[in-house]
Amino acid sequence: MNDFLLTSLVDWSRAQFALTAIYHWFFVPLTLGLSFIVAFMHSMYMKTGDEKWKNTTKFWMKLFAVNFAIGVATGIILEFEFGTNWSNYSWFVGDIFGAPLAIEGIFAFFLESTFVAVMLFGWDRVSKKFHLLSTWLTAIGTNLSAIWILVANAWMQDPAGTHFNAETARNEMASFASVVLSETAVSKFLHTIFQAYLLAAFFVIAIAAWYILKGRHIKFAKRSIAIAATFGFLASIMVATTGDMSAYNVAKKQPMKLAAMEGLYTGKTKAHLIALGLSKKGEDAVGIKIPGLLSYLSTRDFNGFVPGINDLVEGNTEYGIIPIEERMANGKIAIQALTDYQEALKNKDSVKMTESLALLEANYKDFGYGFLKNKKEAVPPVGITFYSFHLMVALGFYFILFLFWLLILLKRDKLHTNKLALWLSVIGIALAYIASELGWVVAEVGRQPWTIQDILPVSAAVSEIGTGHVQTTFFMFLAIFTILLIAELGIMLKLIKKGPNLKNEEE
Amino acid sequence: MKTTIYKIWRFYIDSFRNTGKYGKRLFLIILIKFFIFFGILKVFFFKDHIKKDLPEKQKTELVINEITKN
Repeated sequence: MNDFLLTSLVDWSRAQFALTAIYHWFFVPLTLGLSFIVAFMHSMYMKTGDEKWKNTTKFWMKLFAVNFAIGVATGIILEFEFGTNWSNYSWFVGDIFGAPLAIEGIFAFFLESTFVAVMLFGWDRVSKKFHLLSTWLTAIGTNLSAIWILVANAWMQDPAGTHFNAETARNEMASFASVVLSETAVSKFLHTIFQAYLLAAFFVIAIAAWYILKGRHIKFAKRSIAIAATFGFLASIMVATTGDMSAYNVAKKQPMKLAAMEGLYTGKTKAHLIALGLSKKGEDAVGIKIPGLLSYLSTRDFNGFVPGINDLVEGNTEYGIIPIEERMANGKIAIQALTDYQEALKNKDSVKMTESLALLEANYKDFGYGFLKNKKEAVPPVGITFYSFHLMVALGFYFILFLFWLLILLKRDKLHTNKLALWLSVIGIALAYIASELGWVVAEVGRQPWTIQDILPVSAAVSEIGTGHVQTTFFMFLAIFTILLIAELGIMLKLIKKGPNLKNEEE
Repeated sequence: MKTTIYKIWRFYIDSFRNTGKYGKRLFLIILIKFFIFFGILKVFFFKDHIKKDLPEKQKTELVINEITKN
Protein backbone atom coordinates (compact mmCIF):
# COMPACT_ATOMS: atom_id res chain seq x y z
CA MET A 1 0.00 0.00 0.00
CA ASN A 2 1.45 3.41 -0.89
CA ASP A 3 2.21 5.97 1.83
CA PHE A 4 -0.70 8.29 1.01
CA LEU A 5 -3.29 5.50 1.06
CA LEU A 6 -1.82 4.08 4.27
CA THR A 7 -1.89 7.48 6.02
CA SER A 8 -5.46 8.00 4.93
CA LEU A 9 -6.52 4.52 6.09
CA VAL A 10 -4.73 4.92 9.43
CA ASP A 11 -6.25 8.35 10.02
CA TRP A 12 -9.80 7.25 9.17
CA SER A 13 -9.45 4.13 11.31
CA ARG A 14 -8.13 6.29 14.15
CA ALA A 15 -10.95 8.79 13.69
CA GLN A 16 -13.55 6.02 13.78
CA PHE A 17 -12.07 4.50 16.92
CA ALA A 18 -11.86 7.93 18.56
CA LEU A 19 -15.48 8.70 17.66
CA THR A 20 -16.71 5.42 19.13
CA ALA A 21 -14.55 5.73 22.24
CA ILE A 22 -15.62 9.33 22.90
CA TYR A 23 -19.28 8.37 22.51
CA HIS A 24 -18.82 5.35 24.78
CA TRP A 25 -17.07 7.53 27.35
CA PHE A 26 -20.09 9.83 27.67
CA PHE A 27 -21.87 7.08 29.61
CA VAL A 28 -19.23 5.01 31.34
CA PRO A 29 -17.97 7.52 33.94
CA LEU A 30 -21.51 8.44 34.91
CA THR A 31 -22.40 4.77 35.41
CA LEU A 32 -19.27 4.24 37.52
CA GLY A 33 -19.86 7.20 39.81
CA LEU A 34 -23.62 7.47 39.96
CA SER A 35 -23.90 3.82 41.04
CA PHE A 36 -21.99 4.70 44.24
CA ILE A 37 -23.92 7.92 44.85
CA VAL A 38 -27.16 5.95 44.58
CA ALA A 39 -25.74 3.29 46.91
CA PHE A 40 -24.90 5.98 49.52
CA MET A 41 -28.42 7.40 49.26
CA HIS A 42 -29.95 3.94 49.50
CA SER A 43 -27.82 3.29 52.60
CA MET A 44 -29.09 6.54 54.13
CA TYR A 45 -32.64 5.30 53.59
CA MET A 46 -31.83 1.98 55.24
CA LYS A 47 -30.12 3.70 58.14
CA THR A 48 -32.79 6.33 58.82
CA GLY A 49 -35.89 4.62 57.46
CA ASP A 50 -36.91 8.10 56.29
CA GLU A 51 -39.08 8.13 53.15
CA LYS A 52 -37.38 11.27 51.85
CA TRP A 53 -34.20 9.25 51.32
CA LYS A 54 -36.21 6.56 49.57
CA ASN A 55 -37.62 9.16 47.16
CA THR A 56 -34.19 10.67 46.64
CA THR A 57 -32.66 7.27 45.92
CA LYS A 58 -35.47 6.33 43.54
CA PHE A 59 -35.08 9.47 41.45
CA TRP A 60 -31.31 9.18 40.97
CA MET A 61 -31.64 5.43 40.45
CA LYS A 62 -34.04 6.14 37.59
CA LEU A 63 -31.52 8.46 35.93
CA PHE A 64 -28.80 5.86 36.53
CA ALA A 65 -31.00 3.33 34.70
CA VAL A 66 -31.49 5.64 31.72
CA ASN A 67 -27.75 6.30 31.46
CA PHE A 68 -27.02 2.59 31.87
CA ALA A 69 -29.47 1.77 29.06
CA ILE A 70 -28.04 4.44 26.77
CA GLY A 71 -24.51 3.17 27.30
CA VAL A 72 -25.38 -0.50 26.80
CA ALA A 73 -23.44 -2.08 23.94
CA THR A 74 -21.70 1.11 22.80
CA GLY A 75 -18.44 -0.54 23.85
CA ILE A 76 -19.20 -3.56 21.65
CA ILE A 77 -18.56 -1.42 18.57
CA LEU A 78 -14.97 -0.95 19.71
CA GLU A 79 -14.58 -4.73 19.69
CA PHE A 80 -16.05 -4.90 16.18
CA GLU A 81 -13.41 -2.38 15.12
CA PHE A 82 -10.63 -4.46 16.65
CA GLY A 83 -11.60 -7.37 14.44
CA THR A 84 -12.13 -5.40 11.23
CA ASN A 85 -9.98 -2.26 11.29
CA TRP A 86 -7.24 -3.37 13.66
CA SER A 87 -6.91 -7.07 12.91
CA ASN A 88 -3.09 -7.08 12.94
CA TYR A 89 -3.15 -5.53 16.37
CA SER A 90 -5.82 -7.98 17.54
CA TRP A 91 -3.79 -10.95 16.37
CA PHE A 92 -0.54 -9.55 17.72
CA VAL A 93 -1.88 -8.97 21.25
CA GLY A 94 -4.97 -11.17 21.37
CA ASP A 95 -3.60 -13.48 24.05
CA ILE A 96 -2.87 -10.57 26.38
CA PHE A 97 -5.63 -8.17 25.53
CA GLY A 98 -8.25 -10.90 25.34
CA ALA A 99 -7.75 -12.13 28.91
CA PRO A 100 -8.80 -8.98 30.80
CA LEU A 101 -11.66 -8.40 28.36
CA ALA A 102 -12.90 -11.96 28.83
CA ILE A 103 -12.72 -11.63 32.62
CA GLU A 104 -14.69 -8.41 32.32
CA GLY A 105 -17.35 -10.11 30.23
CA ILE A 106 -17.69 -13.24 32.29
CA PHE A 107 -17.33 -11.93 35.79
CA ALA A 108 -17.99 -8.25 36.20
CA PHE A 109 -20.59 -7.79 33.47
CA PHE A 110 -22.71 -10.67 34.75
CA LEU A 111 -22.40 -9.40 38.30
CA GLU A 112 -23.61 -5.94 37.40
CA SER A 113 -26.28 -7.01 34.93
CA THR A 114 -27.76 -9.52 37.38
CA PHE A 115 -27.99 -7.11 40.27
CA VAL A 116 -28.97 -4.04 38.31
CA ALA A 117 -32.41 -5.59 37.68
CA VAL A 118 -32.88 -6.32 41.40
CA MET A 119 -31.73 -2.80 42.21
CA LEU A 120 -34.16 -1.18 39.79
CA PHE A 121 -37.18 -3.40 40.28
CA GLY A 122 -36.61 -4.69 43.79
CA TRP A 123 -38.51 -2.00 45.73
CA ASP A 124 -40.98 -3.84 48.03
CA ARG A 125 -40.39 -7.06 46.08
CA VAL A 126 -37.23 -8.35 47.73
CA SER A 127 -36.09 -7.91 51.33
CA LYS A 128 -34.72 -4.45 52.16
CA LYS A 129 -31.30 -5.85 53.02
CA PHE A 130 -31.03 -7.84 49.80
CA HIS A 131 -32.18 -4.81 47.86
CA LEU A 132 -29.46 -2.62 49.40
CA LEU A 133 -26.92 -5.38 48.80
CA SER A 134 -27.96 -5.44 45.13
CA THR A 135 -27.45 -1.69 44.84
CA TRP A 136 -23.95 -2.00 46.28
CA LEU A 137 -23.14 -5.03 44.12
CA THR A 138 -24.24 -3.11 41.04
CA ALA A 139 -21.84 -0.32 41.98
CA ILE A 140 -19.02 -2.76 42.72
CA GLY A 141 -19.76 -4.74 39.54
CA THR A 142 -19.62 -1.70 37.26
CA ASN A 143 -16.34 -0.66 38.84
CA LEU A 144 -14.95 -4.18 38.51
CA SER A 145 -15.73 -4.01 34.79
CA ALA A 146 -13.68 -0.85 34.61
CA ILE A 147 -10.65 -2.54 36.19
CA TRP A 148 -10.32 -5.03 33.34
CA ILE A 149 -10.84 -2.56 30.53
CA LEU A 150 -8.32 -0.19 32.08
CA VAL A 151 -5.83 -3.00 32.65
CA ALA A 152 -6.07 -3.80 28.94
CA ASN A 153 -5.54 -0.14 28.05
CA ALA A 154 -2.67 0.20 30.53
CA TRP A 155 -0.95 -2.79 28.98
CA MET A 156 -0.94 -1.00 25.62
CA GLN A 157 0.79 1.96 27.29
CA ASP A 158 3.19 -0.22 29.24
CA PRO A 159 3.43 -3.78 27.84
CA ALA A 160 4.52 -5.50 31.06
CA GLY A 161 4.41 -9.22 31.90
CA THR A 162 4.52 -10.43 28.31
CA HIS A 163 6.55 -12.69 26.05
CA PHE A 164 6.58 -12.55 22.24
CA ASN A 165 6.04 -15.90 20.53
CA ALA A 166 7.92 -15.70 17.21
CA GLU A 167 6.22 -18.82 15.86
CA THR A 168 2.69 -17.45 16.13
CA ALA A 169 3.63 -13.74 16.01
CA ARG A 170 1.61 -13.20 19.17
CA ASN A 171 2.37 -11.69 22.54
CA GLU A 172 1.64 -14.15 25.31
CA MET A 173 1.05 -13.49 28.96
CA ALA A 174 4.11 -14.35 31.03
CA SER A 175 2.84 -12.95 34.32
CA PHE A 176 -0.80 -12.15 35.05
CA ALA A 177 0.20 -10.22 38.17
CA SER A 178 2.63 -8.04 36.20
CA VAL A 179 -0.10 -7.19 33.70
CA VAL A 180 -2.77 -6.44 36.32
CA LEU A 181 -0.58 -4.80 38.95
CA SER A 182 1.79 -2.80 36.78
CA GLU A 183 2.25 0.77 38.02
CA THR A 184 0.58 1.98 34.84
CA ALA A 185 -2.48 -0.22 35.38
CA VAL A 186 -2.86 0.80 39.03
CA SER A 187 -2.42 4.54 38.42
CA LYS A 188 -4.64 4.50 35.33
CA PHE A 189 -7.43 2.64 37.12
CA LEU A 190 -7.37 4.91 40.16
CA HIS A 191 -7.14 8.15 38.21
CA THR A 192 -9.93 7.10 35.85
CA ILE A 193 -12.42 5.91 38.45
CA PHE A 194 -11.93 8.92 40.72
CA GLN A 195 -12.53 11.30 37.83
CA ALA A 196 -15.62 9.23 37.00
CA TYR A 197 -16.86 9.76 40.58
CA LEU A 198 -16.18 13.47 40.22
CA LEU A 199 -18.13 13.64 36.97
CA ALA A 200 -21.09 11.78 38.47
CA ALA A 201 -21.05 14.15 41.44
CA PHE A 202 -21.31 17.09 39.04
CA PHE A 203 -24.19 15.36 37.23
CA VAL A 204 -26.18 15.26 40.49
CA ILE A 205 -25.09 18.76 41.54
CA ALA A 206 -25.99 20.28 38.16
CA ILE A 207 -29.51 18.81 38.03
CA ALA A 208 -30.20 19.60 41.70
CA ALA A 209 -28.91 23.18 41.26
CA TRP A 210 -31.22 23.58 38.27
CA TYR A 211 -34.18 22.58 40.46
CA ILE A 212 -33.18 25.20 43.04
CA LEU A 213 -32.85 27.86 40.32
CA LYS A 214 -36.35 26.91 39.17
CA GLY A 215 -37.63 27.03 42.74
CA ARG A 216 -38.56 23.33 42.69
CA HIS A 217 -37.80 20.52 45.15
CA ILE A 218 -35.45 22.71 47.20
CA LYS A 219 -34.95 20.33 50.14
CA PHE A 220 -34.56 17.35 47.85
CA ALA A 221 -32.00 19.26 45.79
CA LYS A 222 -29.98 20.40 48.81
CA ARG A 223 -29.99 16.87 50.17
CA SER A 224 -28.75 15.52 46.83
CA ILE A 225 -26.08 18.20 46.55
CA ALA A 226 -24.85 17.50 50.08
CA ILE A 227 -24.16 13.86 49.20
CA ALA A 228 -22.78 14.60 45.73
CA ALA A 229 -20.59 17.55 46.76
CA THR A 230 -19.01 15.58 49.62
CA PHE A 231 -18.41 12.60 47.35
CA GLY A 232 -17.18 14.86 44.55
CA PHE A 233 -14.85 16.87 46.78
CA LEU A 234 -13.16 13.73 48.11
CA ALA A 235 -12.96 12.38 44.55
CA SER A 236 -11.44 15.65 43.29
CA ILE A 237 -8.63 15.40 45.86
CA MET A 238 -8.03 11.81 44.79
CA VAL A 239 -8.04 12.82 41.11
CA ALA A 240 -5.21 15.29 41.83
CA THR A 241 -3.29 12.73 43.91
CA THR A 242 -3.63 9.92 41.37
CA GLY A 243 -2.94 12.39 38.55
CA ASP A 244 0.44 13.07 40.13
CA MET A 245 0.99 9.30 40.43
CA SER A 246 0.03 8.90 36.80
CA ALA A 247 2.34 11.69 35.56
CA TYR A 248 5.27 10.22 37.53
CA ASN A 249 4.63 6.89 35.87
CA VAL A 250 4.33 8.48 32.42
CA ALA A 251 7.71 10.17 33.00
CA LYS A 252 9.25 6.73 33.55
CA LYS A 253 7.39 4.69 30.95
CA GLN A 254 6.42 7.19 28.23
CA PRO A 255 8.87 10.12 28.43
CA MET A 256 7.89 11.32 24.95
CA LYS A 257 4.29 11.70 26.09
CA LEU A 258 5.39 13.70 29.14
CA ALA A 259 7.56 15.97 26.97
CA ALA A 260 4.56 16.58 24.67
CA MET A 261 2.27 17.22 27.66
CA GLU A 262 4.63 19.97 28.79
CA GLY A 263 5.69 21.15 25.31
CA LEU A 264 9.29 20.53 26.35
CA TYR A 265 11.75 20.24 23.47
CA THR A 266 15.04 20.77 25.28
CA GLY A 267 15.65 18.53 28.27
CA LYS A 268 16.81 20.14 31.48
CA THR A 269 17.53 19.67 35.13
CA LYS A 270 15.45 21.78 37.54
CA ALA A 271 12.81 21.73 34.80
CA HIS A 272 9.93 24.14 35.27
CA LEU A 273 6.26 23.27 35.01
CA ILE A 274 4.14 25.47 32.77
CA ALA A 275 1.16 26.59 34.86
CA LEU A 276 -0.41 28.58 32.02
CA GLY A 277 1.16 28.92 28.62
CA LEU A 278 1.38 28.44 24.90
CA SER A 279 2.82 25.55 22.94
CA LYS A 280 5.33 26.54 20.23
CA LYS A 281 6.21 24.32 17.30
CA GLY A 282 9.76 23.03 17.67
CA GLU A 283 10.46 25.18 20.75
CA ASP A 284 9.80 24.94 24.47
CA ALA A 285 6.35 26.13 25.52
CA VAL A 286 6.21 29.62 26.99
CA GLY A 287 4.11 30.99 29.83
CA ILE A 288 3.92 31.21 33.60
CA LYS A 289 6.49 28.79 34.99
CA ILE A 290 6.87 27.09 38.34
CA PRO A 291 10.63 26.44 38.75
CA GLY A 292 11.75 22.87 39.36
CA LEU A 293 8.25 21.45 39.66
CA LEU A 294 8.34 19.36 36.47
CA SER A 295 11.63 17.81 37.65
CA TYR A 296 10.06 17.02 41.01
CA LEU A 297 6.87 15.57 39.52
CA SER A 298 8.86 13.42 37.08
CA THR A 299 11.78 12.30 39.22
CA ARG A 300 10.80 13.22 42.80
CA ASP A 301 13.87 15.47 42.82
CA PHE A 302 13.79 19.23 42.13
CA ASN A 303 17.18 18.89 40.42
CA GLY A 304 16.23 15.83 38.35
CA PHE A 305 16.70 15.73 34.57
CA VAL A 306 13.59 15.70 32.37
CA PRO A 307 14.28 14.81 28.73
CA GLY A 308 12.76 16.99 26.03
CA ILE A 309 11.47 15.90 22.63
CA ASN A 310 14.84 16.74 20.98
CA ASP A 311 16.74 14.59 23.54
CA LEU A 312 14.39 11.70 22.92
CA VAL A 313 14.62 12.01 19.13
CA GLU A 314 18.32 12.79 18.74
CA GLY A 315 19.54 10.95 21.84
CA ASN A 316 21.45 12.22 24.84
CA THR A 317 24.57 10.30 25.77
CA GLU A 318 24.95 12.06 29.12
CA TYR A 319 21.61 10.65 30.28
CA GLY A 320 21.81 7.37 28.35
CA ILE A 321 19.03 8.18 25.89
CA ILE A 322 19.34 6.24 22.62
CA PRO A 323 18.59 8.22 19.41
CA ILE A 324 15.40 7.21 17.57
CA GLU A 325 17.38 6.37 14.43
CA GLU A 326 19.36 3.78 16.39
CA ARG A 327 16.14 2.34 17.76
CA MET A 328 14.73 2.29 14.20
CA ALA A 329 17.79 0.29 13.09
CA ASN A 330 17.32 -2.13 16.02
CA GLY A 331 13.65 -2.46 15.11
CA LYS A 332 14.44 -3.26 11.50
CA ILE A 333 16.83 -5.99 12.67
CA ALA A 334 14.05 -7.41 14.86
CA ILE A 335 11.49 -7.38 12.02
CA GLN A 336 13.95 -9.02 9.63
CA ALA A 337 14.78 -11.60 12.31
CA LEU A 338 11.07 -12.42 12.64
CA THR A 339 10.78 -12.90 8.86
CA ASP A 340 13.94 -15.05 8.86
CA TYR A 341 12.63 -17.08 11.77
CA GLN A 342 9.40 -17.81 9.91
CA GLU A 343 11.34 -18.80 6.79
CA ALA A 344 13.61 -21.07 8.83
CA LEU A 345 10.56 -22.58 10.52
CA LYS A 346 9.12 -23.46 7.10
CA ASN A 347 12.43 -25.00 6.01
CA LYS A 348 12.88 -26.70 9.41
CA ASP A 349 16.32 -25.06 9.69
CA SER A 350 16.86 -25.23 13.45
CA VAL A 351 20.23 -23.43 13.40
CA LYS A 352 18.82 -20.45 11.54
CA MET A 353 15.78 -20.50 13.82
CA THR A 354 17.96 -20.24 16.93
CA GLU A 355 20.05 -17.46 15.40
CA SER A 356 17.12 -15.35 14.26
CA LEU A 357 15.24 -15.88 17.50
CA ALA A 358 18.23 -14.63 19.50
CA LEU A 359 18.48 -11.58 17.24
CA LEU A 360 14.75 -10.93 17.54
CA GLU A 361 14.74 -11.20 21.33
CA ALA A 362 17.79 -8.94 21.66
CA ASN A 363 16.06 -6.20 19.64
CA TYR A 364 12.42 -6.81 20.47
CA LYS A 365 12.18 -3.82 22.83
CA ASP A 366 12.61 -1.61 19.74
CA PHE A 367 10.49 -3.78 17.43
CA GLY A 368 7.96 -1.04 16.69
CA TYR A 369 10.60 1.52 15.73
CA GLY A 370 11.45 -0.67 12.74
CA PHE A 371 8.14 0.32 11.14
CA LEU A 372 8.84 4.06 11.33
CA LYS A 373 9.96 5.71 8.11
CA ASN A 374 11.20 8.88 9.74
CA LYS A 375 12.45 9.65 13.24
CA LYS A 376 9.89 12.49 13.52
CA GLU A 377 7.10 9.92 13.34
CA ALA A 378 7.97 9.02 16.94
CA VAL A 379 6.76 12.44 18.13
CA PRO A 380 3.05 12.73 19.02
CA PRO A 381 0.98 15.82 18.11
CA VAL A 382 2.45 18.23 20.68
CA GLY A 383 -0.10 21.07 20.51
CA ILE A 384 -3.18 18.88 21.11
CA THR A 385 -1.46 16.99 23.92
CA PHE A 386 -0.15 20.17 25.58
CA TYR A 387 -3.43 22.09 25.56
CA SER A 388 -5.55 19.07 26.50
CA PHE A 389 -3.28 18.34 29.45
CA HIS A 390 -3.17 21.92 30.73
CA LEU A 391 -6.88 22.51 30.37
CA MET A 392 -7.60 19.20 32.13
CA VAL A 393 -5.27 20.08 35.04
CA ALA A 394 -6.69 23.62 35.33
CA LEU A 395 -10.22 22.20 35.46
CA GLY A 396 -9.11 19.62 38.03
CA PHE A 397 -7.91 22.33 40.43
CA TYR A 398 -10.97 24.46 39.72
CA PHE A 399 -13.20 21.51 40.70
CA ILE A 400 -11.45 21.15 44.07
CA LEU A 401 -11.89 24.84 44.91
CA PHE A 402 -15.45 25.01 43.60
CA LEU A 403 -16.64 21.94 45.50
CA PHE A 404 -15.00 23.21 48.69
CA TRP A 405 -16.88 26.50 48.28
CA LEU A 406 -20.10 24.61 47.59
CA LEU A 407 -19.69 22.62 50.81
CA ILE A 408 -19.14 25.84 52.79
CA LEU A 409 -22.29 27.37 51.27
CA LEU A 410 -24.23 24.23 52.14
CA LYS A 411 -22.99 24.24 55.70
CA ARG A 412 -24.01 27.89 56.11
CA ASP A 413 -27.31 27.12 54.37
CA LYS A 414 -26.66 29.83 51.80
CA LEU A 415 -26.48 27.78 48.62
CA HIS A 416 -30.09 28.26 47.55
CA THR A 417 -29.66 32.07 47.61
CA ASN A 418 -26.34 32.16 45.76
CA LYS A 419 -27.21 32.39 42.06
CA LEU A 420 -23.56 32.38 40.94
CA ALA A 421 -22.83 29.11 42.76
CA LEU A 422 -25.99 27.55 41.34
CA TRP A 423 -25.23 28.54 37.76
CA LEU A 424 -21.63 27.40 38.12
CA SER A 425 -23.02 24.11 39.42
CA VAL A 426 -25.16 23.72 36.30
CA ILE A 427 -22.21 24.55 34.02
CA GLY A 428 -20.01 22.21 36.08
CA ILE A 429 -21.38 19.10 34.38
CA ALA A 430 -20.21 20.32 30.95
CA LEU A 431 -16.78 21.16 32.39
CA ALA A 432 -16.55 17.75 34.07
CA TYR A 433 -17.29 16.03 30.74
CA ILE A 434 -14.74 18.19 28.94
CA ALA A 435 -12.06 17.36 31.55
CA SER A 436 -12.94 13.67 31.37
CA GLU A 437 -12.66 13.49 27.57
CA LEU A 438 -9.48 15.59 27.63
CA GLY A 439 -7.92 13.01 29.94
CA TRP A 440 -8.36 10.39 27.24
CA VAL A 441 -7.04 12.76 24.58
CA VAL A 442 -3.85 13.21 26.64
CA ALA A 443 -3.55 9.47 27.25
CA GLU A 444 -4.20 8.38 23.66
CA VAL A 445 -3.02 11.23 21.42
CA GLY A 446 0.03 11.67 23.65
CA ARG A 447 1.17 8.11 23.01
CA GLN A 448 1.00 8.26 19.24
CA PRO A 449 2.27 6.70 17.00
CA TRP A 450 1.91 3.62 19.19
CA THR A 451 -0.91 1.19 19.64
CA ILE A 452 1.47 -0.76 21.89
CA GLN A 453 4.22 1.40 23.32
CA ASP A 454 7.48 0.88 21.36
CA ILE A 455 6.24 -2.44 19.95
CA LEU A 456 3.52 -1.74 17.38
CA PRO A 457 2.75 1.60 15.69
CA VAL A 458 -0.73 2.29 14.31
CA SER A 459 0.58 2.01 10.73
CA ALA A 460 1.41 -1.67 11.34
CA ALA A 461 -1.61 -2.38 13.52
CA VAL A 462 -4.21 -1.35 10.95
CA SER A 463 -5.87 -3.91 8.66
CA GLU A 464 -5.42 -3.65 4.92
CA ILE A 465 -8.97 -2.73 4.06
CA GLY A 466 -10.26 0.00 1.80
CA THR A 467 -10.21 3.54 3.16
CA GLY A 468 -13.64 4.04 1.56
CA HIS A 469 -15.04 1.23 3.69
CA VAL A 470 -13.79 2.89 6.89
CA GLN A 471 -15.09 6.29 5.74
CA THR A 472 -18.52 4.79 5.04
CA THR A 473 -18.77 3.16 8.45
CA PHE A 474 -17.44 6.34 10.12
CA PHE A 475 -20.29 8.46 8.77
CA MET A 476 -22.77 5.65 9.35
CA PHE A 477 -21.73 5.59 13.01
CA LEU A 478 -21.91 9.32 13.28
CA ALA A 479 -25.50 9.27 12.03
CA ILE A 480 -26.62 6.25 14.11
CA PHE A 481 -24.95 7.47 17.29
CA THR A 482 -26.38 10.95 16.92
CA ILE A 483 -29.94 9.68 16.35
CA LEU A 484 -29.72 7.24 19.26
CA LEU A 485 -28.18 9.88 21.49
CA ILE A 486 -30.95 12.39 20.73
CA ALA A 487 -33.66 9.77 21.35
CA GLU A 488 -32.12 8.62 24.60
CA LEU A 489 -31.17 12.02 25.95
CA GLY A 490 -34.73 13.10 25.18
CA ILE A 491 -35.97 10.49 27.68
CA MET A 492 -33.37 11.55 30.25
CA LEU A 493 -34.34 15.24 29.93
CA LYS A 494 -38.05 14.47 30.19
CA LEU A 495 -37.46 12.55 33.41
CA ILE A 496 -35.34 15.39 34.81
CA LYS A 497 -38.00 17.94 33.85
CA LYS A 498 -40.68 15.80 35.49
CA GLY A 499 -38.59 15.67 38.66
CA PRO A 500 -38.69 13.36 41.67
CA ASN A 501 -41.89 11.90 43.01
CA LEU A 502 -41.86 13.35 46.52
CA LYS A 503 -45.41 12.34 47.44
CA ASN A 504 -46.16 15.59 49.31
CA GLU A 505 -43.21 14.90 51.56
CA GLU A 506 -41.78 18.31 50.79
CA GLU A 507 -41.25 20.68 47.91
CA MET B 1 -35.64 -25.29 42.72
CA LYS B 2 -38.51 -25.02 40.21
CA THR B 3 -40.29 -22.56 42.46
CA THR B 4 -37.17 -20.41 42.75
CA ILE B 5 -36.71 -20.30 38.98
CA TYR B 6 -40.40 -19.49 38.56
CA LYS B 7 -40.11 -16.68 41.15
CA ILE B 8 -37.12 -15.19 39.33
CA TRP B 9 -38.98 -15.47 36.03
CA ARG B 10 -42.04 -13.73 37.52
CA PHE B 11 -39.82 -11.06 39.03
CA TYR B 12 -38.49 -10.11 35.60
CA ILE B 13 -41.79 -10.45 33.73
CA ASP B 14 -43.79 -8.44 36.27
CA SER B 15 -41.08 -5.80 36.46
CA PHE B 16 -41.04 -5.32 32.69
CA ARG B 17 -44.85 -5.21 32.59
CA ASN B 18 -44.95 -2.54 35.29
CA THR B 19 -42.27 -0.40 33.70
CA GLY B 20 -43.57 3.07 32.89
CA LYS B 21 -43.92 4.78 29.51
CA TYR B 22 -40.33 6.00 29.39
CA GLY B 23 -38.98 2.65 30.55
CA LYS B 24 -40.80 0.84 27.74
CA ARG B 25 -39.51 3.39 25.23
CA LEU B 26 -35.97 2.83 26.51
CA PHE B 27 -36.28 -0.94 26.10
CA LEU B 28 -37.49 -0.39 22.54
CA ILE B 29 -34.50 1.83 21.78
CA ILE B 30 -32.16 -0.80 23.27
CA LEU B 31 -33.72 -3.48 21.06
CA ILE B 32 -33.38 -1.28 17.96
CA LYS B 33 -29.78 -0.55 18.96
CA PHE B 34 -28.96 -4.25 19.33
CA PHE B 35 -30.56 -4.98 15.95
CA ILE B 36 -28.54 -2.23 14.23
CA PHE B 37 -25.28 -3.25 15.93
CA PHE B 38 -25.53 -7.03 15.65
CA GLY B 39 -27.98 -7.52 12.77
CA ILE B 40 -26.63 -4.89 10.38
CA LEU B 41 -23.23 -3.47 11.35
CA LYS B 42 -21.59 -6.71 12.46
CA VAL B 43 -23.03 -8.79 9.62
CA PHE B 44 -22.47 -6.41 6.70
CA PHE B 45 -19.81 -3.91 7.72
CA PHE B 46 -17.63 -5.43 10.44
CA LYS B 47 -16.61 -8.81 9.17
CA ASP B 48 -13.46 -10.15 10.79
CA HIS B 49 -10.55 -9.23 8.55
CA ILE B 50 -8.74 -12.40 9.62
CA LYS B 51 -11.28 -15.13 8.96
CA LYS B 52 -12.05 -17.14 12.08
CA ASP B 53 -11.99 -20.51 10.26
CA LEU B 54 -8.52 -19.92 8.79
CA PRO B 55 -5.87 -22.29 10.19
CA GLU B 56 -3.68 -20.65 12.86
CA LYS B 57 -0.59 -20.96 10.68
CA GLN B 58 -2.21 -19.01 7.85
CA LYS B 59 -3.40 -16.32 10.25
CA THR B 60 0.18 -15.87 11.44
CA GLU B 61 1.45 -15.64 7.86
CA LEU B 62 -1.23 -13.14 6.91
CA VAL B 63 -0.41 -10.84 9.82
CA ILE B 64 3.36 -11.09 9.32
CA ASN B 65 2.92 -10.34 5.61
CA GLU B 66 0.74 -7.33 6.33
CA ILE B 67 2.93 -5.79 8.99
CA THR B 68 6.25 -6.36 7.24
CA LYS B 69 4.97 -5.07 3.88
CA ASN B 70 4.81 -1.47 5.02
